[in-house]
Amino acid sequence: MPLDVEAKVLRNTRLSSDYNIIALEAPEIASLVEPGQFVMVKPGRGSDPLLRRPFSVFEILRANGRIEGLTLLSKRVGVTTQMLLDAVEGDIVSCLGPLGKPFVPVDPPAQAWMVAGGVGLAPFATLTEALRQRGTTSRLFYGARTGRELFHLDWFTSHGVDLVLSTEDGSTGDHGRVTVALERELKRATGALTVYACGPEPMLEAVAGLAAAHGRPSQVSVERVMGCGMGGCYSCVISVRDAGGGHHYVRSCIGGPVFAGADLVWD
Amino acid sequence: MMDLSVRIGSLHLRNPLMAASGCYGYGVEYANAVDLSSLGAVVSKGLFLKPREGHPPERIVETPSGMLNAIGLQGIGVHRYIAEKLPELRRLGATNIINICGSTLDEYVELARILSDVDGVHALEINISCPNIKEGGITFGCSLHGTFDVVSAIRKVTHLPVIPKLTPNVTDVASIAKAAEDAGADAVSLVNTFLAMAIDVETRRPKLSNMVGGLSGPAIRPIAVRMVYECRRAVKIPVIGMGGIATATDVLEFMIAGATAVQVGTANFVDPFIWTKLLDGIERYMARHRMTCLSDLVGSIDTSTREKQWVSS
Repeated sequence: MPLDVEAKVLRNTRLSSDYNIIALEAPEIASLVEPGQFVMVKPGRGSDPLLRRPFSVFEILRANGRIEGLTLLSKRVGVTTQMLLDAVEGDIVSCLGPLGKPFVPVDPPAQAWMVAGGVGLAPFATLTEALRQRGTTSRLFYGARTGRELFHLDWFTSHGVDLVLSTEDGSTGDHGRVTVALERELKRATGALTVYACGPEPMLEAVAGLAAAHGRPSQVSVERVMGCGMGGCYSCVISVRDAGGGHHYVRSCIGGPVFAGADLVWD
Repeated sequence: MMDLSVRIGSLHLRNPLMAASGCYGYGVEYANAVDLSSLGAVVSKGLFLKPREGHPPERIVETPSGMLNAIGLQGIGVHRYIAEKLPELRRLGATNIINICGSTLDEYVELARILSDVDGVHALEINISCPNIKEGGITFGCSLHGTFDVVSAIRKVTHLPVIPKLTPNVTDVASIAKAAEDAGADAVSLVNTFLAMAIDVETRRPKLSNMVGGLSGPAIRPIAVRMVYECRRAVKIPVIGMGGIATATDVLEFMIAGATAVQVGTANFVDPFIWTKLLDGIERYMARHRMTCLSDLVGSIDTSTREKQWVSS
């Protein structure tokens, strides 16, 4: 059952001109979150902006062995993300969740390869923790426009994640898209592995295609324009293959946001 | 003891709050968050005889204090609804109003016939107002004859309360309400969404894949209140009001304008737990005004000092 919490902003860390990590006091929600699930968020009480916006839960906050809240990784793209960038400690953000189907973490000896594009890093901190509990070896292929927009690297390293970085301007790691590095590594990979991906849809399509071409299962987290997050409005649909060889629209809020990459039909 | 119940024809509702069609899935989506039996009624997503895919994304876009949608009536069709959704809705004790859509007059009649024999169906809302599909639907609801023909044909085949849902995209919605009443409707519900458009100036493309869509949300509320008021004056059957309701004050405004019951759509997207908040606000109002019976409020607008200025229609 999803909960609606009027969450106090505990702190707001600005990472760049566009990115921030906002910490919300919503322990009731945080204690239920599984990796890859999302919350519907609304800063401010007015009707403009009107609708909530979906965000993957980034981190579960713990203090003194107690769950204190959750954080969101946000990139400024519109009004709501601007408000989240500008929010200060003590502000109230309405937070509904947890929602959606989570990632399914693989067990050893299979490896987990996470592929993140930009703000698509968001679901991989909680997935990393779940994988670590299982003892699953994990790698993170992480791409951004520039090295200054690669965040939280020390955290992933300290949690045993092998980092493979790519930037479009070549300032850090491989020069080019994250899928170039992924393809190179898939070609020489041995043993079972599952690919997890979150990022822009062209990246997800490419990752799902690469995984399939190399005989690897993939789980991708999609982001569609979403009205309610509860299955009520039918706005966030994505085309999913059905057994008969056709495809049909599935609501990504309740049918996803995590789908098997092989099941999706891209626009 | 406060009485919040209202009557729509033979239908007795525990309170005037309904989840609006197209804004609540089939109702079951919300069963893990809301006690569906605590609502006056759940109005199903629009159903045709057969399943429909709907429009490709983008299907919604936010606008000032509102949103445009062009979902295109994606749906599972009436038979799967009866087999897969209705049993759970019955078990949960929901009052179910089924919204039916037809491409042809015969399809409406067939849907009404099928649903009239099914346990757990409490009323039919006749969708003659969806702005997002090419065939049927709104083409009936935009004319007096079309409205009359659909409603009277359905009236002949069902004993269920028949509630045509009216479009605001007409010159005179009150005359459409009158045509529905003359054809034997038990109530009318209004307003469906306003046909509207939004364009991305950078790409010069329409923001919706369907180019145009229906505007809902608080932005349309004053127009909807005016239309409910006009219809209340034109017909004797109950009027079910909707359009941008987001607070208890909005519910009360619609009821004072003449709505016997109301539907909440877009605001439920923002707050799925809105129902108890609306009921609490209504009860506080009733206590403050020493009311025991909410239905006394219906159409209680005081125009005594304003009537002379009324010029519309």
